[in-house]
Amino acid sequence: MATKIVMEALSPTMEEGRLVEWKKQEGESVTTGDVLAEVETDKAVMELVARADGVLLKQVIAAGTTVPVADLVGIIGEPGEDIAALVDGAGPKSPPKQPEAVAPAAPPPAPMQQAEGSPAPETSAPVRPPMAAPGQRIKASPLARRIATERGLDLAAIRGSGPEGRIVKRDLDRQPAATPGATTAYPSAGFTDVPLTMIRKAIATRLAQSIGPIPTFYLTTEVEMDRAWEAREALKALGPEGKVSFNDIILKATALALRQHPACNAWWQGDHLRLWHEVHVGVAVAVEDGLITPVIRHADHKSLREISSETRDLADRARARKLTPEEYTGATFSVSNLGMFDIDQFTAVINPPEGGILAVGSIVEKPVVVAGQVSVGRRMRVTMSCDHRVIDGATGAQFLQTLTLLLENPLAMVW
Amino acid sequence: MQTLTYRDALNQALREEMQRDDRVFLMGEEVAEYDGAYKVSRGLLKEFGSMRVVDTPIAELGFAGVGVGAAMVGLRPVIEMMTFNFALLAIDQIVNSAAKMRYMSGGQVGVPIVFRGPGGAALQLAAQHSQAFESWYAHIPGLKVVMPGTPADAKGLLKSAIRDDDPVVFIEGEMLYNLKGDVPDGDYTIPIGVADIKRAGDDVTLVCHSKTVGVALKAAEQLAEEDISAEVVDLRTIRPMDTETVLRSVVKTNRCVVVEEGWPFAGVGAQVVDTVQREAFDHLDAPLLRVTGADVPMPYNKALERAAKADPSQVVAAVKTVLYRE
Repeated sequence: MATKIVMEALSPTMEEGRLVEWKKQEGESVTTGDVLAEVETDKAVMELVARADGVLLKQVIAAGTTVPVADLVGIIGEPGEDIAALVDGAGPKSPPKQPEAVAPAAPPPAPMQQAEGSPAPETSAPVRPPMAAPGQRIKASPLARRIATERGLDLAAIRGSGPEGRIVKRDLDRQPAATPGATTAYPSAGFTDVPLTMIRKAIATRLAQSIGPIPTFYLTTEVEMDRAWEAREALKALGPEGKVSFNDIILKATALALRQHPACNAWWQGDHLRLWHEVHVGVAVAVEDGLITPVIRHADHKSLREISSETRDLADRARARKLTPEEYTGATFSVSNLGMFDIDQFTAVINPPEGGILAVGSIVEKPVVVAGQVSVGRRMRVTMSCDHRVIDGATGAQFLQTLTLLLENPLAMVW
Repeated sequence: MQTLTYRDALNQALREEMQRDDRVFLMGEEVAEYDGAYKVSRGLLKEFGSMRVVDTPIAELGFAGVGVGAAMVGLRPVIEMMTFNFALLAIDQIVNSAAKMRYMSGGQVGVPIVFRGPGGAALQLAAQHSQAFESWYAHIPGLKVVMPGTPADAKGLLKSAIRDDDPVVFIEGEMLYNLKGDVPDGDYTIPIGVADIKRAGDDVTLVCHSKTVGVALKAAEQLAEEDISAEVVDLRTIRPMDTETVLRSVVKTNRCVVVEEGWPFAGVGAQVVDTVQREAFDHLDAPLLRVTGADVPMPYNKALERAAKADPSQVVAAVKTVLYRE
């Protein structure tokens, strides 16, 4: 039985896609999951994968062609299978879009057109659209809809496993809340994928066996916060807009430290590591019945003032459940701060696939020894949870050294 | 606690209620001298005499009407229908007299009557004698419809039915009469309109009543072997229906299969589905499914008859469908 290959909605907002390049030629055999073609979406170049086993019988559109989501782009089936009806039944194909084309708008694709006159050819099982195309009704059970609303999940980005692609509860159970999965549609430009070396593979397997799916270890250090304190006090003199929180300062320092330690700014991807070139810091925010981690994007390029106002805005909207999925997915590293609850020190749970998370305790005044003299100083304990498959002990420790340096000498952040 | 058959549990209920209230009397075909076609009234003639245990001619409309009249003037008749297939002859009295009197008299005249007897199919009694009519009666405002599936429920509910001040259609099962079960000692009643969870579970709700309680329990056992945990909700009363218990279960399990003996069209299950989809819409992870008798007159042929009845394998299949398992 032949299966249609359609242009899939590869991002939540995608309405059409340009087929950049066919990765399989007509006559080549394909199995489910094989990359058939590269498709340029509104966001990035993505892979269109096979949803059936067989042979690529037909490339219905040529490379370079742009078609609306859900349009037929190819056919998979048995060798020699008659697919004429499938191809004809697809309705008039959208002509390739050319920016300079001056011809009047082509008639919109009419997939239902064959219903007129002759009965629709019953040639194949209904194609299960893997994800609903924009404007198309998303099929989801009422329970799934409720859960998605509660957890802030975007149903358009979820593949339904029920009949006709219906999204049911179990599909959401597989969906880590507010965490992009390995296949999430994120720009593939801002990182480098590093194949696993043999030693990294061995470390990953052995340590995961020993501790659990994420072999985590913890590094704790104490940071002298006197200068950060002074800096914050000094900023207050600028008036209301000078008000920044310690958390804002820590976020800024973390982002800068990550830039210097790309090994800590990485995702575990199962069979490779993804080293991000961009720094997106997740900030754990307690909400009424749990927590959510909105993301400060490009935090390393943002000023303290920008980080401060953005964090406040994201946290407010998180509590009001007004965040869009884009705003709480895609962090490359996270920070969780319980200092305001007078917690001296704690360990935070890694939000996979991120490689680490920083747990921040409160700033306390305590006796400290400086140059052989006991004096009073402000100290803060931070604990970094590291996924050992991604970050090694020394790597994490070096990152913390940099972070400490930045916090202890705030001027270094702007230097 | 005593172990009783469903038949003896009903017999005890009748005896105790007749001892307790001398307005209660039993009337029907073969109920007295013959001890009842299914021996539910065994020994009652001897104990209570022929004024209170009354044999009738084969005239269902007639003795149903006599019963309604007796109830209107203050007695508490129990009218035995040899089977509810024969009650088709009496349905004008049940629907037009018993069910309407309180309403049409502006509340002045109640009809405290019980119509009882076996309903549904037994074995090879063919098309005219194998019918489940509970949805017919449940359709009528003014009637209560009670359908116990176990000896304990049979006794406790029949006593409540006899004490009820309104007409109750009490449908038993010929295939249930020999079913044994624990029955509490002494005078106890089970309120009309309260369902019972016969087996607790988390993955799917099986709503059933009367004979299908056994079907659902058997299906639940088979499902347990595949790690599927089914909750079996026995309605016990069709009308008024205990929708609260059903909804509470569905909210927990997110899925529901309704099992009944009767035909699918406008059956009891349709009523359950109506309520659940409206009241628990946001809790449903799958459409509700129904398992019913086949939509045909009951075949006489043994193999065909078996094929026409709702059985555990159909329930198991329906459960897997709503769980999206193959």
